[in-house]
This record gives sequence, C-alpha cells and structure tokens, in this order.
Amino acid sequence: MSWGRVNNVIKNVENTYLKIENLWKYFGKFLALEDISLEIGEGELVCFLGPSGCGKTTLLRAIAGLDLQSSGTILQDGNEVSNLPPSARDFGIVFQSYALFPNLSIEKNIAYGLENTGRSKGEISARVAELLALVGLPDQGKKYPAQLSGGQQQRIALARAIATNPGLLLLDEPLSALDAKVRVHLRHEIKELQRKLDVTTVMVTHDQEEALAMADRIVVMNHGVIEQVGTPTQIYREPSSLFVADFIGEMNQIPTRAGSKNQVRLGGGLMECAPHQFNEGDEIIAAIRPNDIIPHGDSAHSLGQDDVVETESNAIEVLVGEMEFLGSFWRCRLKHEILGDADLIADFSINAVRRLELSEGANMLIELPASRLMAFARPEQNT
Amino acid sequence: MSDATFPSTVSGKPIRRKLSRDDIIMRGSMIVIGLYLLITMIFPLYAMLSKSFSTYTFDLAGYEIQVSDETGTNFNEPVTFADLNNTLSVLTESDLSAGSDGRLSVTQFFPDFSFRSSVNYRIRNTSATGRFLVGSTLNDTTDWVELDSNTFRRVQLRPVEARGIDNFRTYFGTPALSNSIKNSVMIATISTIITVFLAFWFAYALNCSCMRFKGFFRLVAMAPILVPSLLPGIALVYLFGNQGMLKELLFGASIYGPIGIIIGSVFFTFPHAFLIISTALSISDARLYEASVVLRGSSWRTFWTVTIPGARYGLVSAAFVVFNLVITDFGLPKVIGGQFNVLAVDIYKQVIGQQNFEMGAVVSVILILPAIVAFAIDRLVQSKQVALLSARSVPYRPSPKAELDWALFGFSSLVATFIIGILGVCQFAALVKFWPYDLSFSLNNYQFERMDGGGWGSYLNSIKLGLLTAAIGTAVIFFGAYLVEKSNGFRTGRTVFQMFAMLPMAIPGMVLGLSYIFFFNNPSNPFYFIYGTMAILVVSTVTHFYTVSHLTATTALQQMDREFESVSASLKQPTLKLFRRVTVPVSMPAIMDISIYLFVNAMTTVSAVVFLYSPKTSLASIAVLNMDDAGDIAPAAAMGMMIFYTNTAARIVHLIASRGILQRTQAWRSR
Ligand SMILES: Nc1ncnc2c1ncn2[C@@H]1O[C@H](COP(=O)(O)OP(=O)(O)OP(=O)(O)O)[C@@H](O)[C@H]1O
Ligand SMILES: [Mg+2]
Repeated sequence: MSWGRVNNVIKNVENTYLKIENLWKYFGKFLALEDISLEIGEGELVCFLGPSGCGKTTLLRAIAGLDLQSSGTILQDGNEVSNLPPSARDFGIVFQSYALFPNLSIEKNIAYGLENTGRSKGEISARVAELLALVGLPDQGKKYPAQLSGGQQQRIALARAIATNPGLLLLDEPLSALDAKVRVHLRHEIKELQRKLDVTTVMVTHDQEEALAMADRIVVMNHGVIEQVGTPTQIYREPSSLFVADFIGEMNQIPTRAGSKNQVRLGGGLMECAPHQFNEGDEIIAAIRPNDIIPHGDSAHSLGQDDVVETESNAIEVLVGEMEFLGSFWRCRLKHEILGDADLIADFSINAVRRLELSEGANMLIELPASRLMAFARPEQNT
Repeated sequence: MSDATFPSTVSGKPIRRKLSRDDIIMRGSMIVIGLYLLITMIFPLYAMLSKSFSTYTFDLAGYEIQVSDETGTNFNEPVTFADLNNTLSVLTESDLSAGSDGRLSVTQFFPDFSFRSSVNYRIRNTSATGRFLVGSTLNDTTDWVELDSNTFRRVQLRPVEARGIDNFRTYFGTPALSNSIKNSVMIATISTIITVFLAFWFAYALNCSCMRFKGFFRLVAMAPILVPSLLPGIALVYLFGNQGMLKELLFGASIYGPIGIIIGSVFFTFPHAFLIISTALSISDARLYEASVVLRGSSWRTFWTVTIPGARYGLVSAAFVVFNLVITDFGLPKVIGGQFNVLAVDIYKQVIGQQNFEMGAVVSVILILPAIVAFAIDRLVQSKQVALLSARSVPYRPSPKAELDWALFGFSSLVATFIIGILGVCQFAALVKFWPYDLSFSLNNYQFERMDGGGWGSYLNSIKLGLLTAAIGTAVIFFGAYLVEKSNGFRTGRTVFQMFAMLPMAIPGMVLGLSYIFFFNNPSNPFYFIYGTMAILVVSTVTHFYTVSHLTATTALQQMDREFESVSASLKQPTLKLFRRVTVPVSMPAIMDISIYLFVNAMTTVSAVVFLYSPKTSLASIAVLNMDDAGDIAPAAAMGMMIFYTNTAARIVHLIASRGILQRTQAWRSR
C-alpha cells in the first residue's frame, strides 16, 4: 500500500502560513467545531480526515470565509482574516461537485477568475493554455463541462482554482465523485501538481487511504474536535487514541487491564507492550494491527533465519479459523482463550501462508510484537 | 461534546462578518425589491383593512351653538346640536352614520329658521377634532364663528372618523349582502367537484392509457388559459341565453345565475386542475403498477390502490386551486350571474355602483379569508408533493387496453368538444351580422371604435401591458428570487422577503385592485402620480401574478449548484457578473416560462385592473366586460377572441424563441 512511503518529506512547519486559534462553530445550539487550533506550514499539503459529519467541511468553509466561525481567529500569511468575506481572502477552491459553470466552455471556465484583473486578452488565453497543459488536457478548451468525464472535469476545476495563483488551495473531497481507478490515478497527479506549484493546500477527505497517500500531515477529526495531527506514518504507527487507531487502518481490540508501565495483562499472564500511562489494574483496551502480528513456524516449517521469537511472553499458540484470500495477503481469524469468543484478525503474506502450510483448523504460533502492541483507554460508552 | 451552549464556553468574542461589496449590493437590492412588495401589496392591503374598520358618524354633541334675538346682538346660552335633537327628534341614530364624504345641514334643527331673518348665529367645535364647513371653508378650531342667517344655512357638519366593527355588523345584518358568502361558497364547491372530476379523467386518459391524439387533447385542454374568464360567459349567453339556440335544453331554468357561473367556471379552471393532476399522475411510480400486476390485482383494484393514492396530493391541490379561482373570479359572474350575487361582484357593485368604499373593503376582507385558507392548504399539500417527486423513480408506461382506451377517448372527445365549442361559438357570433337572426358573415363586430370600451386602443393597451409586465415582471421577480436563494446570511431579511413573495397568491385580484384605490388614490401619497396611468396597471399585474413566477424562478435556481457563488467569490469576481454570465443563461428556460406566463395573464386579467384603468388606459379584457355590459355582446366576443389569438400567437412566438435561445444559450446541454 502506498502509505508505506517511509521517507516522508516533512515540511518545515516553523514557516507557518495558516494559523487557526481557538475556533468554535455553532449551528444554532449544535456544536460543530470545538476549540480548534491548528497551524499549517507554507507549501504543506494537509488532509482533514474523519468520519462523516465530524466537521471537516465546516472547518474548511470557515477557512474560506464561506461559513463564518462563531468565534476564533484565523491568520493567513500573517494577516488576520477571521471575519473577511471570501472575496477578500486569498484562496482557490475545488468542490466535490466541481461547480463548473455549465454554459461556459472549458476555456472560459478557467479564464473566469483571470478576467477583470488587468490581464490582456492575449495574456489570459496564454495562461489558460498553460493551465490546460498543466492539468494534462491541452486540447479540450472548446468543449463544455458536460462533454468531459468526471476525472477531466475535476482537473478543470483544479485548473480554474489555481489560475490566479492563490496562496491557499482548498479541496473539499475532490475525488469522492470518481470511481476507484481514476481516484488513485488523480491523487498522484494532484499531489505532483501541488509539489510543483508549492501551494499550501488543505484537502478534506473521509478516505483514509487517500489521506495517507497524499498528505504531508493529517488532521484526524472526530465530533468537532481534532484527535491527532501528524505525518501519515506517525498517525498510523503511533495513534494517540483508540479512535485514531481504529479509523486509520484496522485494529484488533482486546478489552483487558493494564500491567506495569509497559505491560498489559492478557490471558493468564502479562505481555510486553509499548510504554503507556496507565496504572496497574486500570481497565484498558489492548490493540494491535492485523498486519503487525508475526507468524512463527515450528521445526518443520520455518520462515528462515529471522524467524525467532523476540519476546517469549508475547508468543501464543492459536487455532487458525476461517481464512480469506484478499489478493495480496491472507486474512486469518485466529482463536485463543484470551480472546474469548472474539477472533484475533491477522494478515499474513502469501509467502508466509505457503511456507507455514497454514490451513483452517491448524495450530500455529504467533507473536504480538511488544513495540506494536498498544494500550488505550476504554471508550466511555460501552457498546 | 460540551453541554454548555454558546457563548459561555467560547473563548474570545463572537465574530461578525465583514460585508463584501457584493453582500452590500445584494442586500441593498433585496431591500429595494422588498420595499417594492411592501408598497405594492402590504401597504395597500393595510389601507384596505383599516378602511373596512373605519366608520363615519356625525357627532352632534361636538358642536355648540348660540342664537341671537331679532336684534342680532343678544345671544342665548350655548347649546349643542345633541340637545336640540333631543327636544326636536329631527334625526334618528341611523341618520347619523355617514360615509367619509358625508355632510349634514344644520338648519333642520331650527324649525322657524328663515335665511331672511335678522337673527344671528354663533357656532363652534367643542373639541379640536370637530369640523364643520361654512360654504366650502373648513372650520376645525374651537373658536366661535358668528354668522348671519343667510350664511348660516350654508353651514354643514362633517362626520368624525372612528374605528370599529360597525361596517361588519351592517354587512352581516343585511341579508342581501351576506347571502353572497353562501352563494360564493356553493358555486365554488360545485365547480370544484365537477372540474376536478373531469380534469382527473382527462389527465388519466392522457397519462395512463394508450388513447390516440394525446397531443391534440393536451393542446385543447390548455386553451382556456388563453382567454379571459368571462369569455365562456358570453358563449353561454349565446347558447342558452334569452335568444339562445339551445335554450330548450335547460328546461326553463335560466343560464343567468348559478348554472351559468358553474359551467363557465368549469371551463376556465379546467386547465389549472388538469395541469396539477397530470403532473401528479405522470410521476407515479411504474414499479407500483408492476407490483400490482404481479400480485394479479384487477385493473379496478390497481386503480384504487395505486393510481388514486399516487395522485392524492395532486387532487387535493387541484381542488383548492380551483376553489380559489372560482371564489375570487369576477368576470364570469359579472357577465352571466344575473341577480345571483357573489362576493367578487359585490365588491365591484359596492365600489363602482354605490361608491360605498367602506363596504367594498368589508367584502374584500371576507373574500380574503377563504382564499387564504385555500392557499395555505394548497402550499402544504404542494410541499408534500415535492417530497414525493424527489423520491420518484421509473415512469409508468401504460399498455393498450382497447375497451378502456376507447371509453377514455370518448370522454376526452366530449371534454374537448365542450372547450372548442365554447371558443367556436364566440368566434362564430363575432363573425355574423346578428345572432341568431342573421347569420351572414360580417366584420362589423370588429369595429370597436363604434362601441363603448375604448376601441382598438384598448387592445393595443393590453399588448403594451402584456409586454411591459412580462419584461419588468420577469426581471424583478427573477432577480428577487435570485437574491433570496443565493445571498449570504441576512436570514431574517430573506425570510420576510420570502413571505412577501408568497402572499400575492392569496390575495384575490379584486381585493388587490380595491386596495390600490385606497392606497394610491390619495394626494398625500408620494406615489399618487402613478394613479390612472399604465404604470399602476403594470405594477398591479406584476404583483398579482408574483407568486407563481417567483416559485418557478426559485425552483430553477435551487436546481443550480449551490457552490457557484462560492467559486465566484473565491475567484474575486462580482456576484452580479456570475448572475449575468451563468445564472441567467442557465435559467433561460424558466425565465422564458415566467415571461409568457406574465404576458398571457396580463392579457386576460380583469379583476385587479377593473378598478385601476382610466379612459386612456382601458384594456381589451376590460373592453370585453364593458361592451358586454352595454349589450354589445358580439363585439365583446370578438374582442375576447382577439385576446385568444394574441395569446396563441404569443405562445407560438415563445415556443420558437425558446428553441432559438435554447440553442444559443444551452449548447452545453447536448453532449
Ligand atoms: N448549515 C448547517 N446547519 C446545521 N448543521 C450543520 C450545517 N452544516 C453542517 N452541519 C452539521 O455540522 C456537522 C459537521 O458537518 P460537516 O459538513 O462539516 O461534516 P463533514 O465532516 O464534512 O462530513 P462529510 O464527510 O459527510 O462531508 C454535521 O453534523 C452537520 O449535520
Ligand atoms: Mg463534507
């Protein structure tokens, strides 16, 4: 998966371009954003990620000035823009619907923002041609939006938004109206374009894969609050809460109690885990991602030299339940008494499954690596 | 989530938006159009309402009088007219109520008064509100005025104005007046039942059968919209009137009265009901029909379990619209109502016939009530229908059923014959010398110059009114709807505007027209100057037909992407440029529809303008009314048919123009 990109270029956040401080937003009595504070660096691509209704669009529209926040300040490039109307701010925006003007040709759509800016006709058409080339649609200028495919329309909307070289680019779910293939293709293009233009960009999405693939940093939101801000790897490897852990990627959750500083109680004994803040005996959730579970062979089946159990206490013997082939890996449901009725879900490589000759009903040894086993507070509401 | 509410948990102070130039322009424009509606609707209605509660009485206790002896110098103690009346009983209580123009002569309180005597009189108002005239000089002070007897006979008391429900008391105490309520409701109810019944089966035939000539039937069904509502009245007079060809069919009953009004009402309300029910039927879900077939339901059961429930809202809505149209219609009962009084005609009689404006206002207030109720229920039902529409699915395709199709064809042919017959009779009567005695061809009836009613000039005025109303009305209404739909914030302003825009539909034309008299025909009103001009006709017509146009515009605007304005603002382009470059071209079909709607209605309307035209601005529809009134029925029919042909031509032009404009502005629609 593309989120596996390790050498993530983290931009220099000292050079803040957009600064949001203590922003609140009410719709009547309904609290849509609660005390949001956030800094976005110059040239950075930041994704707002969260479940539907968590306030992503609301925050984006506040940044644009389309729906004013109830209170709080927004600084853009050092200037306070908190209560300015959209037309007095400096941004380009692409909506989910693209909002292309249906009765204007593609050229005129792109040229729309260039008019009345002191540019000559010639300059405008040169700029339009340049933008069309930039988004890879050099010959489509004379057509009308309805004559283009969704993906093409999306690029035109992008071209229109960046035509005037805005300092800030806002994208509200720009890819969600497209089918999966086009989406994957376009997200690379957008990312590339953003790098090339070096424009500070905020993109709203509820697709975690998209956020992990594109963002320099991700802002995970839930119920109107920011849960965590960090690079894709930080968010994925070190989620700060169970919500983030569960929302980004998958997570096995095992209700249990804490042991000492870096231990959790599982089954009869203790397992080593990543360091946590809980007191011994606290009710917690022990969590591990399916693809972090390490399969181990016995003497007959070995995965090679590295196949050694690192932490004896974290290795358990499990019964393999249902196995499901998901193309690039196998999803296995593992049973063990410490889990009760619930299954432990593990994703094993095709290679491992073949070497270990895993099949439904077999027994096997697995290890929950200490550094990947995390402890989280239990969510308040019991469901 | 926090449980405290704004602003206690909020750090920092709440924010107020800085207005952009666009915001200011849009709010300013909205206020201007809102003021327009305030001046052309709310203020006049208020003037009318207050008129209906105005009573005028002579306050005899409000004047003191002293009479001298023969020498003319020794005056007796002051007495009031009330004292004098008590002893003499010249006037009764009812003699004291008056109209706003009432005058009361005072010599009647002095039985031995002689204008030649040397007796002198002194008179004064006891309060500052009292008024009396000496000749034409108004006295409204409390100072004594001394007059010789020759001058004293020219003293007249003026009534004082008060607020009260006396007018309403009088109205309900006079059966000749209040019976009209019963009459109006009865006429409207019967017409509604018949029209909705006919329109339903007609719409059913067109939507749910495989009958032939559907296109033709659809055209015919819409024809009555193109003529004034009083035209069927004229046709009925020709057919069933005193010299009518088919008079015998009525078996002695008279067409002048409820029968005529009902038949005519069915004619002119038919297209409205048909359109609404047809829409309801056309959006019925084919899957329900399929399900019913699969469940082996009989056609009859399918009809009752699928068709009727699907059209339910349409039927209710059509019923209220028809009821409203009939109860507020003026032209038809005026032409064929005879001695049968209905509310709308009462207003006219009170105002034009008896100059009793207060009573006209009372009847107007009463006429508004059922109209508002019908309107409110209709709006409620319509909103339900919209919900139904958005959840729509596969359109229903009927399959041929020979028997049913032929039965429906027969039925539709009858309805079409009725409609074409009415129009045909009018046209025929207009082209013959003297119905029914000399049926030879003649164009005499088109020499409108010879008749009462304004001649060809009134026809040209109508076209002028139609064009002006279409142009100005479309611009104002569409722009107004745009402002309401697309401006930022300003929630209260938009709600108020929206309410104003919905109100005209509930106001009967007669009521609007009369309220314009009260409001505009008043020298102290700064807009007095438009009274009696073409301008007031245009203004009243635009306001009268505001709501439907506004709703058409709103619907079209709501279908447009909500984010166009946001994109435009982010590109730092003025919103008005967006309006011009994108909104208007994309909404062109709706704009065309609004303008033809306004044109056709301006050509046919009678009710509001009947109070407002002047000899210079007489209209074709008014000419039909006046010529009919004067007994020139054939020319009235001829003029009515001129309106029909003009509207037909306008529709054709509209169709061609729409095609042309669509091709130019909507090229993007074709892929
Ligand atoms: N104009 C409004 N009036 C009232 N409530 C609103 C309004 N706009 C948004 N909300 C509410 O605020 C919350 C946040 O909405 P928002 O559109 O920001 O969600 P989102 O995170 O963008 O969700 P999605 O992924 O579905 O687009 C939602 O619960 C929504 O119902
Ligand atoms: Mg959203």
